Order: sequence, then structure tokens, then C-alpha cells
Amino acid sequence: MSGARRPGGGRIDRNRPLCFSFDGRTLSGFAGDTLASALLANGVDVVGRSFKYHRPRGVFAAGAEEPNAVVQLEIGAYLSPNRVATEIELYEGLVAHSVNAWPSLGFDLYAINDRLSRLLPAGFYYKTFMWPHWHLFEGTIRKAAGLGAAPTQPDPDRYEHRHAHCDVLVIGGGQAGISAARDAAQSGARVMLVEASSELGGRALWAGDAINVDQTENLTILTRTTAFGYYDHNLVAAVEDCSSGVAKERLWKIRAKQVVIATGAIERPLVFPGNDVPGVMLASAVQRYAHGFGVAAGKRVALFGNNDGLFDYATAFEAAGIEIAAILDTRRGEEVIGVKGRKRVRAVQTSRGEIACDLLAVSGGWSPVVHLFSQSGGSISFCDKRQMFVPDKAVQQVRCVGAANGDFDLNTQPWQSRAKGKAFVDLANDVTAADVMLAARENYASVEHLKRYTTLGMGPDQGKTSNVNGLMLMGDATGRTPDAVGTTRFRPPYTPISFGVISGARVGNLMRPRKFLPAHGWHQTLGAVFEDYGWQRPDAYPQAGESLGEAAIREARAVRTSAGLFDASPLGKIEVWGSDAARFLDFIYVGTMSTLNPGRIRYGLMLDENGVIIDDGVAIRLAEDRFLLHTTSGGAERIAAMLDEWLQCEFSGWDVRVLDCTLQWGTVTLSGPNAIEVATALGLPVEALPHMHFRADQLGNVPVRVARVSYTGEATLEISVPARYVKSLLETAAAIAGVTPFGVLALDLLRTEKGYVHVGADTDGMTTPGDIGLGRAIAKKTSDFVGRRSLLRPACAREDRLQLVGLESANALPIGAHIMEGSNAPCPSGGFVTSTCISPTLGRPIALARIREGRARLGETVKLFDLGQIFEAKIVAPCFLDPDGRRLHD
Amino acid sequence: MLNIECPHCGARPEHEFRCGGDAHVVRPPLSASGETWAEYLFGHDNPKGDQTERWCHSFGCGLWFNVIRDTVSHEIRAVYPITAQRPEQAA
Ligand SMILES: [Zn+2]
Repeated sequence: MSGARRPGGGRIDRNRPLCFSFDGRTLSGFAGDTLASALLANGVDVVGRSFKYHRPRGVFAAGAEEPNAVVQLEIGAYLSPNRVATEIELYEGLVAHSVNAWPSLGFDLYAINDRLSRLLPAGFYYKTFMWPHWHLFEGTIRKAAGLGAAPTQPDPDRYEHRHAHCDVLVIGGGQAGISAARDAAQSGARVMLVEASSELGGRALWAGDAINVDQTENLTILTRTTAFGYYDHNLVAAVEDCSSGVAKERLWKIRAKQVVIATGAIERPLVFPGNDVPGVMLASAVQRYAHGFGVAAGKRVALFGNNDGLFDYATAFEAAGIEIAAILDTRRGEEVIGVKGRKRVRAVQTSRGEIACDLLAVSGGWSPVVHLFSQSGGSISFCDKRQMFVPDKAVQQVRCVGAANGDFDLNTQPWQSRAKGKAFVDLANDVTAADVMLAARENYASVEHLKRYTTLGMGPDQGKTSNVNGLMLMGDATGRTPDAVGTTRFRPPYTPISFGVISGARVGNLMRPRKFLPAHGWHQTLGAVFEDYGWQRPDAYPQAGESLGEAAIREARAVRTSAGLFDASPLGKIEVWGSDAARFLDFIYVGTMSTLNPGRIRYGLMLDENGVIIDDGVAIRLAEDRFLLHTTSGGAERIAAMLDEWLQCEFSGWDVRVLDCTLQWGTVTLSGPNAIEVATALGLPVEALPHMHFRADQLGNVPVRVARVSYTGEATLEISVPARYVKSLLETAAAIAGVTPFGVLALDLLRTEKGYVHVGADTDGMTTPGDIGLGRAIAKKTSDFVGRRSLLRPACAREDRLQLVGLESANALPIGAHIMEGSNAPCPSGGFVTSTCISPTLGRPIALARIREGRARLGETVKLFDLGQIFEAKIVAPCFLDPDGRRLHD
Repeated sequence: MLNIECPHCGARPEHEFRCGGDAHVVRPPLSASGETWAEYLFGHDNPKGDQTERWCHSFGCGLWFNVIRDTVSHEIRAVYPITAQRPEQAA
């Protein structure tokens, strides 16, 4: 126990004590503390175990760069994993647990890894656990490799998104950022200033300088707001911690004409044996804890560094009541060669002999925080004189100012330890100098390879304190300058952000808009069970004691024997009109629509330019210059957009208009041997309307469109009325004797019996018209259409393509079962089952499948494989019922 | 995320738009050779630097238009009608 609260000083409120808990111990701090400063003030030395070797680790830094003090914040539904203690503002009742320790922080079974460390070099996992399969080892290794566990309950907190626009966005509220914001605001620009911590001032806050910000109307200041991502066209994303408000966190998406990056610099540690023992800290952190929080991180400090900053630190530490044991300056040939102590520094071994101390403050130079500049596309380069990577060329409207631009010089000189022992480069991921050397020897000399091979910089801190040291070591080992080694790409996010804030309000019922049928309430009164098909649609209408499947069978039988009533409102309805409409549709459909007479209906396929089926449905010719296209439910928006793209981009002079009127017209389907009678009873004289004919009519004053087409195999009328009349039409029709409402499940049974394809289920991104038996008519068509040239490719004409067929079997076949092309599994697949059911009409299992050369193999018995089970089936034609189509015409 | 100037609606964020790929692609006739058709389907220039491409303001006015975008900086150098030729550019 070495850290302690000083009697005075700091920017904490000593009149507001706060209780909190760490690993089950109740501790206290003050308002204004971070969890890290409060832990130090309570004399907590060990805050976690390291990632790989499970070595005890203490608080190392004071900001977002902290590699060690990673905790699980809160419990249960409020659990927030892998949070950095230096970035958590203390509040009453805070509960935190350390990670990487099992069963406890003081006694960690995995600490044996440290003793075995000669067996755990970089790349160890890749090298050792390759055989027979990584996944056999993964669970155990992942548990030992630790880091936090994800919460298992839904997050009860609220999150928000906000968009903002400004002329100048200043990132970082230290002195450089404040003056940039002030200058811009004085010029009249709309300015936003975001600062990650709770108050403006940056380093000046704990150096005791005065901070002045004149708040004006055109200057918006957001504190506790971390800019984490810099995207194209000056879009910056930031997270605001607003725990005290309605939401827990707020995601800001800020579009700025200019961005000023004033994110300061991060101190680098030095790499020497024992540099990870609790009590070894960044000198800047010791200073910040003393002056920002009134916390002495130790009683007696040794200062160790390679730059002029050492002397300011000595003055500052002394003023904070920390006794100075020694100042070791590498530039004078002084160095630390080892550290005594395991859970706390007891002494340091130096070139001047052993020095007793409980705190070792190190300063290995500074790294400007160039992350956001690099994310913006800007290049960075290494400055030999100042020993740091600094911003170079900007690509977007952005500039760096102050320490982020490297505008300081501390006469830093590079230094490398030659002492023996475990010297850590990356504390978060336990990467040692020896690991970097091993990577160099094994020729993982590229910085991207170094990162992946050693995991350098891949911890939650993303190598904020370790990357530059790592690549300097690599440069040394391979005789290259740091510039030649280069850095890995900086990617968002700069600091970890929560999934909650990315989702914002779009969770649960707000995940995406739900589409309800115009007559949703009516379906509810009938006891419909709904499913989300893009629309909320009735799957079936189970009666008392009936399962969903039983209901679907009853409904399908009613369609085959009497009349069924179906709400087909989601059916895509696109009107296409103009003097060039007919020839435009000839180009869009595989079939020819220009030869269709008004009042007639034709089935058609639509392809993409690769010749693949993307939609099917009927086209109805309403008039010489006017068509109504029915697309698959859910396909209308996509198809209307595609038609519009062709018209705007390829046929801009043509007289064609396209309107998606799916939502304006609701559709009620009457299907079954009694469908015509029922329609007549409804007041629609359709006895004389043959299959594939259309008529426009009226029911009272309500316009009605009646299309006689069928997806069930029975005589069917698709009756469209303005959407607000759907409910009354359904009500009226359902009241007629012998009419049974049916849902999507029954429709699927009926169409499978008839072998009608469901595009997207029986077809996929490889399926051409020929594959589903609809290729024969194409040769007669004279004009080009979308995808036609692709169908002429030899691959599309091959007979051994997967072709649509039916399957008959004794047992029901699972969807996705593969046709075996050998007698035993494993063997090549010869196609697969795409639709399957037990036919309610035939009373036996049937299926649709796409099988290699299937049409030439009718009558053949094949074996199928699914999840270890083997089935047998006979290949038959895909239509199981009424192949002549008599029922359609009766 | 790009900030795109729709000729009809003004500057809007990228997620209101759909990118339709290369602009000025000429669709070959049905009689085209296999090579020509394959080039039409799969041949894309993918330059480092200025690229012409077509975009649609799909969650706005629905207009298709052409842009010249620098594939390195993502800077949009020109926005012009879908039927217009690629404009002359100062380097
Ligand atoms: Zn627009």
C-alpha cells in the first residue's frame, strides 16, 4: 500500500464523499475522482492481472491510454465490460470488478503462465494449437486469456443519436483547442468544441494555470464527449457520456466544414526489465493524480526518463509531498536495469546501484495523438529531432494544433535497454521486447505482420502507449528508421464504445418499422397467428385445439374443396404507362408483353444482367399504353427502383412512367372451386371472366380491379380495391357460407402441390429460366431483354445444371437436404431440396428440388443427406396435382 | 460517410443514396461477343484517383446523376446529369 490521498489539493470536492466497491471491498472517494484515482487514494496497488502471464498490474496512466486498469463496471443487466478505470468518473454506489483473475486477484491460478513464459512466446498459439483443430483449444485458451465477460441480459439503458453541422469542429479542450475555438468563434463561425473529460483545460488543469473560455452563442461546448471516429467528408463521430440525463450515452455525428485536432500527446513508457510492476507509472500520470486529484501515487519516487521533462516532474512531485529518491536520465548514461517487488515496487536496480522507492515514474518521450488525423486519411511521418510521429499531409479539411501537432521539443533521445529480463512493450497484451525480436528474426518485419504475430497494440487500449516503442524496437532489430518501419493504420474507434450507443434507439420494437396489413385488426379478431414477412401477415387462423400446422392443412383443403379467402395486399403492384410502355416491358421481361391484348394477363420472369431470375409475376395490360405489373410481395420497391434506373439511365428519351401503387391498392384473393360463385355473390359478375383475363369494375362507388390468375392451382380471383376498403371486402366475403380464410402457410402448401416456384426459395443467385423449365419460349422472342445475352453463354446451356424437379418419398424431406452423388457420405452434392411438405390433398410427402440434370432423370431413385440422416426419394415432374390445369379453368 | 450534392435536393448524407457503379458504361447489343459482354458485366476500371460513377438519391427525390469521385480522398469533384458527357476538368 503506497498510494494515499494528500491532505489538500486536486480538483475533487472533499465535501462530497462517495462510497464504491472494488472486487467486493467497500472503499471511498470524492466527487471529481476517477475510479483509478480513487483506487490509488485507497492504496490499492494491484488492479488487475495481465492478459497472458497473469502478472499483477497496477494503475499505469491517467487517461484513455491506460493499459492495465481494465474493469467490469456494474453487474447484471447494467454490466459494462472492459472499461478503463482512468476514464470512469466515480459515483455513489459504483461497483467494479477486475478482469483476468481467476479465482481472485490476490491468488490467480493462471499466474503459472508467468513461470511457463519461456513456453509462451509470440505466435505460440498459432504454432502449437494448429493440430488437429484450433477450435478444440479455443474455449480453454479464451477463458485463460480473459478480459471481461459480456452481459447476458438486455441493456435497460437508453441511448440517443444526434446529428450536428458546424463551420469549425475543435476536438480537444486543452489550451490549444480552447484558443482555436475562441479564434474561430470570434470570426463569427459556428463552432463546436468537444472535450473528453468533465472540464476544459487539459494539462493546464493540473499544472495550475488559469483557463478562460468566453461562452458565446455561436460556440457549442460538449464535455465528457470523446471524438472516436473521423470519416469521409469531415464527418466526425463522438460519444457523449450523459449518465445524469435521460439517456446514458449520446452518439454525435458532426459534419464540419473544418476540423481542428487538438487532442494533445500521450507519454511513452520506457522498455526495461520489470517495467510492469505495480508502482511503475507514467510520470505524467503521477503528476496528474497529484495535482488533479490530490493523490500521491507513492511515498518515495525514482524518476527515470530520456528527456527534459524530468526536471519539471521533480519539482511537481516534490510540491505534492512525494520524496524524490533519484533522477535517472538516460542521456547521462543512467538507467534502470531491474525492479524489485512483485505486487509493488520495493526498490529499483540502477546503473548507480539499488535505490529504495515505492514508485518509479518513467518518461520515454511523447507521442502526439494523431489517431483522428490518420483516420481522416492524413499521412504521418517520424521527426528524428523530436523523436515522435507528427501529422504530415492532410487529405480532408483538417489541421492539428498544439501538442497533437508535435509543437514542443523536450530534447528526447532514443534509448534501448540491454539489461536481461522480461521487458514489456505492450502491457495490455503482455508483449515483451523479446517477442518483437522473435518476430524480427522470423521475418515478421512489416509492421502489420508484427502486430498480428505478437498481438502488439491489439488490446482494448489499441497500443496507445506501446505502438511507437514496438516499431522503434523493430526498427532497431532490422536496421530501419521508425519512418521506414511505419505505423499500422489507425482505425476507428479511438477509444472503445458501447454497442448500445451504436444501436441508439433502434432496439426491440424500434429495430425497424413494421408493416401492418390494412385489415390487421380484422385478422386479429379471427385469431390469426402473425409472422414477419416484411409485412406482418397471418400464417394461419388456428381454431380451438388446433396447432398452426393443422390449421394450415384445414385451410388448404378448404381451398381445394370450396373457397378460401386470402389477404394478398402486400402483392407488388406497379403501374407502367406511356406510349413506349409496351416495348419497355419487352426489354424488362423474359416474355413478350407488347403482343398482349388489353384486358389480358401474362406471366413473366425478370432477370438481372447475369441472366439470374430476380422476380416473377404477371403483367396485366390495362389499356394500349398502360400496364399493371404484379411482383412478388416485398419485391415491389426493389423492382420499381430497377425500372426507374433503366428509364433514367438507359432510355431517358422514352415515354414511360412508373408508379409503385402497392400501398394504394389492397388485394383480396378468392380461390377454390366455389371462388367464382362467391365473387358473384359479392356483386362482381365474373362468371364469364376466363383464366388470365382482367376486368375493371365497381362495387358501389368503389373501383375494383379483378384479375383471374392463380398461385394455388384453383380458379382464383385477385380482387384489388383501394386499401381502406380491404377490411370491409374481407368481412363481407368471409360472411358468405363456405368461405374459409387462409394464411401464408396454406398458400405455400397449395403452390408446392402445383410446383409453382417461389422466387428466392426455389431459386437462388444462380438460377436461370431454363433451370426452372421456362427457357423454351425464349428462342421465339426477337428483341433483347435484360440478361438475355448472358443466357447465351455456354454455361447456361449445359444440361448438367441444377434443374427444378419434384421428389416423392416415404418420409418428409427436410429443406436443404442434399442429393448424394455417391453411395456414402461424404460425397459430392448433386443438388438440394428447396420446398417440402406433406401434401394435404395427396396425403403424402412431396418436395421441390433443384437436381443436376434433373429433367432427364425422372423416375430415378436418389439418396439424400441431411445432418447425418439419409433419405430416399424418387425424381418426378415438379407438378403433383392437376398437371393439365383443369381446375384453373373450371 | 460521404456528403453528396444531389442536383435536385442539395447536400445530403450518403445513406440517403445508392451507388450504381461505373458511369458511362455502354450496354452492348445482343450480338456482342462473349468478351465484350463479359467486359460489360465484370470489367471495371477501379482507378486510383478520379472515377466516374452514378448515384441515385433513392431515399430522396429518386434522381439518378453522375459524379466524379477521387477514390483516394473521396473528394467529389463534379456532379452532372446522367445523360451528360463527362465534363472537362482542370487537373
Ligand atoms: Zn434528391
